[in-house]
Amino acid sequence: MKDDSIFELSPQDKTAIDTWLAQYPADQKRSALIPALHIAQKANGGWLSEAAMKAVAVYLDLPQIQVFEVATFYSMFELAPVGKHTLCVCTNVSCLLSGSDEIVSHLKKRLRIDFNETTENQQFTLKEVECLGACVEAPVLRVDEAFHTHLTPEKIDALLAELEKKG
Amino acid sequence: MIEIEIDGQKVEAEPGSMIIEAADKVGIKIPRFCYHKKLSVAANCRMCLVAVEKSRKPLPACATPITDGMVVKTRTAEALAAQKAVMEFLLINHPLDCPICDQGGECELQDVAMGYGKDVSRFTEGKRVIKDKNLGSLIATDMTRCILCTRCVRFGEEIAGIVEMGVTGRGEASEVGTYVEEHLISEVSGNIIDLCPVGALTSKPFRFKARAWELNQHTSIAPHDPLGANIYIHTRNGDVMRVVPKECESINETWASDRDRFSYTGLNAEDRLLKPMVKAHGEWQECDWSLALSTVHKQLENIHQHCGEDRIAAVVSPNLSSEELYLAQKYLRGLESHYIEHRLQQVDPQFIPTPLLARERQASIAEVEDMDAIFLVGCDIQREVPLLGLRVRKASLQGANILSLNPLDFHFNFEQKAQCIVSMQTFLFALAVWIQSELKAEELKEWPVLDQLIKQDVDYCGHPDERALIQAQIESIRKVFVAGRQKLIIMGALAINDPQASLIQQALLWLAERYDAKLIFLLAGANQHGAVLAGAMPEQAMSIVDLWHAKLPAYLLVNVEPELDCTHPALALKALHDASCVVVMTAFVTEKMLEYADVLLPIAPFSEYAGTLVNLEGKRQAFNAAVHPQGEARPAWKIFRVLGQLAQMPGFDYDTWTEITPDIPTEASKAPLSSLTERYRLPQRQAGLQLLPYWPLYRSDPLVRRADPLQRCALSADPVIALHPETAAHYGFKANEAVSWQQEGHVATLIVKTDPSLSLDTVYWPMGFSETACWGALAPLVLERMRALEENE
Repeated sequence: MKDDSIFELSPQDKTAIDTWLAQYPADQKRSALIPALHIAQKANGGWLSEAAMKAVAVYLDLPQIQVFEVATFYSMFELAPVGKHTLCVCTNVSCLLSGSDEIVSHLKKRLRIDFNETTENQQFTLKEVECLGACVEAPVLRVDEAFHTHLTPEKIDALLAELEKKG
Repeated sequence: MIEIEIDGQKVEAEPGSMIIEAADKVGIKIPRFCYHKKLSVAANCRMCLVAVEKSRKPLPACATPITDGMVVKTRTAEALAAQKAVMEFLLINHPLDCPICDQGGECELQDVAMGYGKDVSRFTEGKRVIKDKNLGSLIATDMTRCILCTRCVRFGEEIAGIVEMGVTGRGEASEVGTYVEEHLISEVSGNIIDLCPVGALTSKPFRFKARAWELNQHTSIAPHDPLGANIYIHTRNGDVMRVVPKECESINETWASDRDRFSYTGLNAEDRLLKPMVKAHGEWQECDWSLALSTVHKQLENIHQHCGEDRIAAVVSPNLSSEELYLAQKYLRGLESHYIEHRLQQVDPQFIPTPLLARERQASIAEVEDMDAIFLVGCDIQREVPLLGLRVRKASLQGANILSLNPLDFHFNFEQKAQCIVSMQTFLFALAVWIQSELKAEELKEWPVLDQLIKQDVDYCGHPDERALIQAQIESIRKVFVAGRQKLIIMGALAINDPQASLIQQALLWLAERYDAKLIFLLAGANQHGAVLAGAMPEQAMSIVDLWHAKLPAYLLVNVEPELDCTHPALALKALHDASCVVVMTAFVTEKMLEYADVLLPIAPFSEYAGTLVNLEGKRQAFNAAVHPQGEARPAWKIFRVLGQLAQMPGFDYDTWTEITPDIPTEASKAPLSSLTERYRLPQRQAGLQLLPYWPLYRSDPLVRRADPLQRCALSADPVIALHPETAAHYGFKANEAVSWQQEGHVATLIVKTDPSLSLDTVYWPMGFSETACWGALAPLVLERMRALEENE
């Protein structure tokens, strides 16, 4: 079992953060906070532990609260352990009008979990999110870093099958 | 200046200023929550929406810059509808708990809701509830009441320089909080209580104590540091309930330091002395004033008659009013003694504790923020005079370069351009290096001490590497300082309390002359400047240490606990124990006092009498009695008046304190001491560990030490001995190791901490604790002795 109270940025992570830092003035490291959090989240198995946020704060020389503010603001950042794949379904106006209710109930039925829960096999976490900015293609689902659009229950089944096959 | 029209009224205002500033200038009230004149504009509460001609929708007055000829209407149907709509939204999640809320009666939300709110809420859904945060012993929280104006967050980031509070979450889930609980490490944190427009952040010591409308307000002056911050004391039925800042732009702006705000909690400490007491046959007995005063009169008169002049010494607090200090010295001099001393912590009597030396060089408090180069010398400005620290920070944020010569890196809440971190005894070398770089060889001869110092630099500054490093650091400080247009030098307590204080002072005066810089000396206590004017110091060059060494038959202490307030506490206690008569005027009794004193006279603390204090820029300000003296306590000036009259001395027939003030000189009659000459002998450089005594922020005087909430807050800590890790290793100390020491029967244990911010060989030694009270503050080799003691056991 991994100890969540310990986290260190690897040299590769630091190099990755450095390439972001290089894009901003030296005294404005805060600008690189979001990419740095993404890097830390990936390194920490898909979520940001307190230790991971602290490591980012130390590396960017920022007060911890400022890292915490950003991490809690954006839905792309997870503050608790998640499954291998995170399914973020939009329930905002456009998606709602295009039938996101059906998508949501289908997902919940298939995965046998509610929002903000993770399947027993640690494969999937289901989240409800606000507008993903792809209204023309509603309803929309974000799986990890990919968008899936014009959803139907059939498309969902195919998608889940594919993800399960990939493991 | 451009002209705009607000509600039909023509207003002139600076181009670029906001509508709300122009409206405030002429007293047109626009409701607001997030806007505060001292903070950046957030425009997130939207309460200040106003109608602006040619704009299609209402605009926030706090974030709309004025343009020439702009026509603003704050009370049209459109503006009012917008304001009322915002009010309704703000009240959606706000609990209806005004009857049990401490802010009730002085709540901005409550007030504005009276004007703009509906009487019935249309919101029938559930209100959100936010978990409370623990911000320590000073600030109580009720975060459900928070309307997310973010004033507290902005205060932390912009004014106090502590980024500990923030807004987490998003939308309905947003909340104000801290990342780490109980961690608000700031010497000015209490200001967020005033800033909070609702009851989310309230004063913890004042919680559930009184309602705002039950309180009487009295103007006063904060009695702990030389800033002279203006305050209001709020009282109810003869009790001090709380202290809040009184706006005074040129001194404290709108702020109060936590020490000034919460020290009142010590006023009614359990050990408060309420009746005069005399010791008869080794037994303490309460008595009436006439017996107590005649006892004092007889004993002191007796010593005066039999022992002659200069056999009685008075040691007085620099926090006393000018009137008290003036009568104290008058009484002492009436007894043919000029041994009156208010410089409790200074050991170099040649240091001139006043800006009188160079009045035209004295900087005002308000000027500090306009400086563009500030040089701090032996100064922990944030923890000496917290609100002056805020001014320095303000200057720094406006682009000023802050430089320092300090015995440790204080990690200030502002950036420093260059630092030179050396032990105190190397200060003179560092300054001499600077002066030397400015002088030609023949000019240097005019200053024999420095000449000597430069020649001796090898002895003075040990290792050649160290010398080169100091020279390089001083050179970078010099370069930055010289480039500034408005320059300021601040000499702090660590330098003022140093044995070489007068030489450091002379060097700084020289630098100030050379570069046309302003000066500030951070004197001790609230009224040291006033004490000098009142003549509460000896005519000869002698320090308080000499008074203790003199082993006098009689000592008179006024508002002083020598074992905690004075340098060389062990020596002080010895002198007091050996004296045949010790009279103590005090608001609080300590066990030590019961041992050494013969008479105890209860005096009134700052809230219970009136007088004047002179602040560090020389401004005399009056403070008022907020409540009657507790028990039989009396202002010290009244006690001296009676003592003077009993001794039939002339000039003690004052009816009120205001009659005394005109008698106090406004200029020191002469420069109190002669200036630097060759008669100075350089102190020997001591090898090994150097004890550097300092008074932590909340150990500074008897009242503060009794303010329990301050003692429990995050800035207070148990006394530890701090050493540089290398120094600790060299002398065989381990970090976090407990070391006990004993001296004359007194045993205490202290923890050793290592801190790389310290200069080498410096032992950072906290004063104001009984655990650290027994050595002469400057005994150099204590730790080695401690070490030896450990090993012998």
